[in-house]
Amino acid sequence: MTKRDLVVRIANETGLTQQNVYAIIQKSFDLIIDALQNGDAVELRNFGVFKVTKRHARTGINPNQPTQKIDIPAKKVVVFKQGKHMKEVVRK
Amino acid sequence: MTKRDLVVRIARETGLTQVDVGKVIQKTLDYITESLERRENVELRDFGVFKVKHRGARKGRNPNRPEHEVEIPARNVVVFKSGKRMRDLVETEL
Repeated sequence: MTKRDLVVRIANETGLTQQNVYAIIQKSFDLIIDALQNGDAVELRNFGVFKVTKRHARTGINPNQPTQKIDIPAKKVVVFKQGKHMKEVVRK
Repeated sequence: MTKRDLVVRIARETGLTQVDVGKVIQKTLDYITESLERRENVELRDFGVFKVKHRGARKGRNPNRPEHEVEIPARNVVVFKSGKRMRDLVETEL
């Protein structure tokens, strides 16, 4: 499923134009990225939580040339924790 | 940030009603969940990909009662892999 599939289906069901539905969906994703960029967590009840956490710097090994070590710098990463409903329906 | 914040802000920016915006956002989340329930990945370009992954059964231990082993059954979990725009803007070096 892609953004396009979502837009078409939701426009059909709500009677809103595809253009308006697309704008809402795109803005939602953009605002979530904005919030995470500011270090804010995004909590979407029953769906899940997006958070930014830190990864420490570490030394990695190039799998194709295992003799070579690579320094991987510390960075921020986005983690997703599934919400209650999501967890239950996917589990089985 | 919560769903409510998204709804209020997007309604203001688009001129659409909070009811309509709320409906679209809720349906979006519901359909992503449904798709994952069917084991279909959801790819949202630039934002990220949601996938279902299988976790095998394993033995766990209650940290407060380490002498007790607990059986953790196999299960499926949702994992999220950030997309390009998310990585470029959020996952910066420290």
